[in-house]
Amino acid sequence: MPQTKPAAASSGAVPLDSAVSVRNVSKNYGAVEALKNLSLEFPRGELTSLLGPSGCGKTTLLKIIGGLLEPSAGEIEVNGKTVSGPGPDRAFVFQDFALLPWANVIRNVSFGLELRGVPKSEREAIAEKYIGNVGLSGFEKSYPHELSGGMRQRVGLARALSVDSKVLLLDEPFSAVDEQNRRKFQEDLLALVRNENKTFIFVTHSIEEAVYVSDQIAILLPRPSRVSEVIRPSGFREKDVENIRRDPEYLDIVDQIWSSLRTYAE
Amino acid sequence: MLTPVPDPYMQHRPLLLKLLSAAIVFGAWEIAGRIPVSYAFPTFLESMEALVRLTLDGTMFKAYAETLKPLVLGVAISAVLGIGLGLWIGLSARFEWLFSPIFIVMQAAPLAALIPLLVMAYGIGLTSKVFVVCIMAMPVIVLNTAGAVRNTPVSLKEMGRSFLAGERAIIYKIVIPAASPVIFSGLRLGISAGFIGAILAELKITPTGVGDIISYSRSVADYPSMYAAIFSIILLAVLFLNLLERLENVLFEGNNRGYASD
Amino acid sequence: MTAFGYRLPAMSSLLIWALLWEIIGQMHLTFFVPPLSEVVVTLVRILPTPAFLKALYETAYAFLGGVTAAILIGIPVGIMMGKSRLLDELLLPWVNIFLSAPLTALVPVLMVLFGFGMTSIIITTTLFAIWIIILNARVGVMQINRSLIDMARSFGASPLEAFFKIYFWAALPEILGGVRIGIIRAVKGVIIGQLLISIVGFGALFELYSSNFLMGHFWAVLIVLFGLAFTISEFLAYLERRVAYYAAKR
Repeated sequence: MPQTKPAAASSGAVPLDSAVSVRNVSKNYGAVEALKNLSLEFPRGELTSLLGPSGCGKTTLLKIIGGLLEPSAGEIEVNGKTVSGPGPDRAFVFQDFALLPWANVIRNVSFGLELRGVPKSEREAIAEKYIGNVGLSGFEKSYPHELSGGMRQRVGLARALSVDSKVLLLDEPFSAVDEQNRRKFQEDLLALVRNENKTFIFVTHSIEEAVYVSDQIAILLPRPSRVSEVIRPSGFREKDVENIRRDPEYLDIVDQIWSSLRTYAE
Repeated sequence: MLTPVPDPYMQHRPLLLKLLSAAIVFGAWEIAGRIPVSYAFPTFLESMEALVRLTLDGTMFKAYAETLKPLVLGVAISAVLGIGLGLWIGLSARFEWLFSPIFIVMQAAPLAALIPLLVMAYGIGLTSKVFVVCIMAMPVIVLNTAGAVRNTPVSLKEMGRSFLAGERAIIYKIVIPAASPVIFSGLRLGISAGFIGAILAELKITPTGVGDIISYSRSVADYPSMYAAIFSIILLAVLFLNLLERLENVLFEGNNRGYASD
Repeated sequence: MTAFGYRLPAMSSLLIWALLWEIIGQMHLTFFVPPLSEVVVTLVRILPTPAFLKALYETAYAFLGGVTAAILIGIPVGIMMGKSRLLDELLLPWVNIFLSAPLTALVPVLMVLFGFGMTSIIITTTLFAIWIIILNARVGVMQINRSLIDMARSFGASPLEAFFKIYFWAALPEILGGVRIGIIRAVKGVIIGQLLISIVGFGALFELYSSNFLMGHFWAVLIVLFGLAFTISEFLAYLERRVAYYAAKR
């Protein structure tokens, strides 16, 4: 059975080793409270989804963790260190890919390393490896406009992997990718979580996607944003990717989340 | 089953129609000249004959060497100053507040009205002509550059920050490359305005170069030469600007396709 | 831009430039820059003079004549080009040529054909404005959503009805955009025409002032001209924003 626990309980005891801790974070835009006193733990080596209706502040929370936004109150700890801005311990994957249109795939993938001053031959060797890992070998010299949406996001993913951060932040990475490619991506993401020993934080608005890829799902509710529950699917993680979508527990969790979110649908 | 045979007419239709269109316009010019609609309206063939004559005896080359001097100087000065100022305005809110109103007014205003003043201040020499080209070309270069810098996609800048780019790296590796297509098209529009300025200067201030051919042949009623000179400067400007536009499309192929949305 | 916590209005920095102008003028650095205050006094004094009013009237006449012609010819031509492929292919190369051509070079031709007078200036103004109006009307018609036209036809609209109820309105934002840029170009065209054919309007006034070295007068007229041009352009931009809401939503 899925372990569901109210958010309040999770902030007290920390059962697992956390890679990222969000403590009492609030974010105000003028009079608007985007996030209010939000706390959440992200277990090391696992994938945690932030799931919720649009406007629930999940992307805001991700950008605060990434150091791109300052919280109005509260703090973020990554591997025991307080976040005060972007850092080498976190890498970001963007919803709209954020690829440089004037640079080819290999320059885009190695761009993070370029900014860190890694010499050209070295960074291109690293980029080459990750381009292969995401299945884009042979496209090194292609430009973003020559690639499909799915392939562009693979470039974005390879760029984030190549800086070798311990935490990967993915902001609705598959929302601009077509359905078939999205499914393939989700499978690849599961393999990545298993093999890479990194902590993944994944923002999505798709219930099925969240349940399919996550070790832990945090449901966020809007206005102001707060964690309403944390769900840890347990039964089907070990199954192979083909059978997850038929697993009764998978279906139960999807239903359960839908019933708690349906009131927020327009 | 029918296999589609490439229809030679449909294949060359755009080119054929362009030729037809040119034939209609030049034909109408020829006929109007033969009627004639005015004593000052030579036929197309007479004008072309004059153009060939002026080109072969070297008059045109000498004239263009003269005309292009203020144009090239003025455009070069406008490009360097304009892009510099534009970058500054685009990057700093304080400079935007201070400088952009001037260029917004300049963009809307008929700056040609400054010419008599420039002549009084700088005489009738090259300096005044370069100034005329500059005031025509600069505003669009500045405003395009500033706008392009300000409109750098937010997600690209965020990407740079999240991968630990410093302020300078973001400007040099993200903002300027992202802005360069719009900066380039600003430059093209600036050159287009510069042509207007260069010819205006030659017609208004002192007749030199092509302006001299136009004014002189008008005063001696050699209308074919006058039309030939006007034809040549328009042709030159249009060909050069088209070339720049082609270059722009080749250089910024990837940037122009809105790749993030499709 | 904010200062001391207040948001400064967008064009407020012009006050600083005006102050700078006054200071430079008061220092008497150059004969060409009299103090702004002096210019303003001159401005108030010459505004009601017959010479100024005549120049203003002649300019407005040429400007309005040229713009009216450009709009009345430009919009229908552009719409027809958008609807007929043959016409489009025949005319588009010429529209593009004249859009980027240095039209100042054509003014001498107009002078010999139509004389040193109002007609030539009106035609110059039209030539400056018309091409962008044609091009925008054409683009406006060409990008009309196909399904909008299919919708009208499926509800039984006649071609004429479709033209007035769909084409015109659907292309309106682009048409207005073209008219706005065309009018800004016309302001420049009318002044360039007057400078080259310098016996009417402000062209004549400038000749008079510069031959008598009346700097204050010169700047005063420039301020009026630039102010008018800027006001026209801002007003048109405002009008365009009022219809922009549905241009963005297509």
